[in-house]
Amino acid sequence: MTEVRLANLTKAYGNMEVVHAIDLDIADNEFLVLVGPSGCGKSTTLRMIAGLEEITGGTIHIGDRVVNDLAPRERNVSMVFQNYALYPHMTVRENLGFGLKIAKVAEQDIGTRVTQAADILGIAELMERMPAELSGGQRQRVAMGRAIVRNPDVFLFDEPLSNLDAKLRVQMRTEIKKLHRRVENTVVYVTHDQVEAMTLADRIVIMRDGYIEQVGTPLEVFNEPANTFVGSFIGSPPMNQLDGIVRLADGDISLADGLSIPIPQRTRARLSEGQKVVVGIRPDDLAPRGHGIHDSEASAELELSVSISEPLGTETLLFTSIGGVEVQGKMLNPRMVAPDERMKFVLAVDRVHIFEAAGGRNVMIDN
Amino acid sequence: MKAKMDRRLGRWALRPQSIPFVLLLPAILVIVFVVLFPLIFSLYTSFTPYRLTRPESLWTFIGLRNYRRIFTDLDFWIAFGRTILFLAVVINLEFLFGLLIALLINRITWGQRVLRTVMMFPMMFSPILVGFQFKFIFNDNIGVLNNALQSLGLTDQAIAWLVDGWLAMGSIAFAEIWMSTSVFAILLLAGLFAMPREPIEAARVDGCNNWQVFRHITLPFIMPFAFIAMTIRSLDVARAYDIVDVMTGGGPAGRTELLWTLIARTGYDNARMGQANAMAYVSIILSIAFTYYFFTRLVAARRYMGGAA
Ligand SMILES: Nc1ncnc2c1ncn2[C@@H]1O[C@H](COP(=O)(O)OP(=O)(O)OP(=O)(O)O)[C@@H](O)[C@H]1O
Ligand SMILES: [Mg+2]
Repeated sequence: MTEVRLANLTKAYGNMEVVHAIDLDIADNEFLVLVGPSGCGKSTTLRMIAGLEEITGGTIHIGDRVVNDLAPRERNVSMVFQNYALYPHMTVRENLGFGLKIAKVAEQDIGTRVTQAADILGIAELMERMPAELSGGQRQRVAMGRAIVRNPDVFLFDEPLSNLDAKLRVQMRTEIKKLHRRVENTVVYVTHDQVEAMTLADRIVIMRDGYIEQVGTPLEVFNEPANTFVGSFIGSPPMNQLDGIVRLADGDISLADGLSIPIPQRTRARLSEGQKVVVGIRPDDLAPRGHGIHDSEASAELELSVSISEPLGTETLLFTSIGGVEVQGKMLNPRMVAPDERMKFVLAVDRVHIFEAAGGRNVMIDN
Repeated sequence: MKAKMDRRLGRWALRPQSIPFVLLLPAILVIVFVVLFPLIFSLYTSFTPYRLTRPESLWTFIGLRNYRRIFTDLDFWIAFGRTILFLAVVINLEFLFGLLIALLINRITWGQRVLRTVMMFPMMFSPILVGFQFKFIFNDNIGVLNNALQSLGLTDQAIAWLVDGWLAMGSIAFAEIWMSTSVFAILLLAGLFAMPREPIEAARVDGCNNWQVFRHITLPFIMPFAFIAMTIRSLDVARAYDIVDVMTGGGPAGRTELLWTLIARTGYDNARMGQANAMAYVSIILSIAFTYYFFTRLVAARRYMGGAA
């Protein structure tokens, strides 16, 4: 049983605080992904869990121990670094076995465990090579192998895939998921790629500027973003966000350019007359009539002119604008779209998110 | 005929592909006269019984007799062995102290630059002056060291630092180490600066304590830098002459005789230049051997330095 518990965890460099009293409970065997833009404190948080960074305030529990003052080697965690951090002067075999050798595991045990890990990761034929003689993807596997041979309580990954090309990244993503299924350890995984976060995570933690913005399963953070930041960060292409004013009498929210949309049913009770809001519309929920949104869901119509269309094969991205703000829509079963063509778009209003204009909080979320 | 040759030479010199050679010609000529010619001349004299006092002996060719004589010359082989021992001791100690200094300086954050410069001071002195300095420190009658030891009551009699064979050798080694440890310190410090942080962090997470990190990660990483320092210093120490000559002159009674003090004595004091040159050529083998050894180690180490991490 190794849950990890962060309580009031704070990190400051000098008098610049970069992680602000965050609380987080990570369950046993959970795959938790920390995601957020560059510089938001993901690595710092991870490195505090590993013991590589001193803790300014708060506590970290691993299992039932407070590990604040324990050296990294006493925490029984493994870490995979962004640039792999292999030992350059050791062969792959020695790299994999190093942690066990230091732990004074018997020679033949090291042999079997290293071979086992190498088989899992498919690097058995690279065992006698030096790291300098490996490709990026192979180094990445060795780094993961080095982490799993020690069978630690917690795995820490710091953007392990960011140095790989797109194709390899997708492939390794699947392998990491399989690996987790197989070894069943608690994992804390850092990335700034929201697709990686969505596909891997049991739960996602979205961070910004050293604060936690939202914690939830991938579907929760997608379907109920806590604020405009999470809304625009999760999901691709990003959510369109438009300023609007609530008109309770008309039952709609007026946008720029004289356009308006009906108030989504579930949010009605939480809005007041004249309230300034931000309307969040995912591109998937805005489509030309007959191209992806079923008539039963289509509860508003907007006529817009399309400035650019990007055909992707099964779908085409359409770029238009409302009040000078660029808005993207998605067209399934695409047809050719002429430049500056005016099209009738339909909107799935029940999936539209309403945020308070001040602070950006989702009106559906309390406090 | 001559005019034709001149014209041809002129044409050759103006061709584009010969321009680099023409431009380098002055340098090539200088090298030929100051390096190549003396080298060939000295090699030639090692096959003659050439004595400085009898110039005509330069023209007597005696083949390998000088070299054959070396093989039965006990003094030469003692000096040879002593040089190897001296070299081994000095280089190892310099490595050790240099490593210590580099590690300490690498740790401190304040005043690092100043210390780095101060550290290099000993290298800025001429070896002759360093020799004189230590000759007076170690002098058994008027030396600072004996004076200090006696004042502190650590010993009641003058220790003959530069007279006893082993002590004298040790004193010379001390001077040599004092002067040149910074070569190691600087290169190892450069190595430490170039060391990436991640493998160290990975090792700490992998279960290493500080000593194990140093032993298994840091040390292997900076060894190539140590090999560079060792190559430089082995060449330096193998031809050690000035400090020894000033401090003990190879004496007393040849007890601190190293290869080059012996060669200089044979060549200049005894005027047997042919014999001395033969000895010099044999000694060069020593330098080549050491250089080759360290260079192989360096190349082996570089196999993993390339692009990894
Ligand atoms: N050693 C340091 N000294 C001072 N500030 C630091 C130090 N290390 C990190 N920071 C600051 O702490 C903040 C968080 O850094 P961190 O490395 O955790 O970001 P990150 O979320 O991992 O970003 P990225 O996605 O780019 O890796 C940044 O603003 C960074 O400038
Ligand atoms: Mg980072």
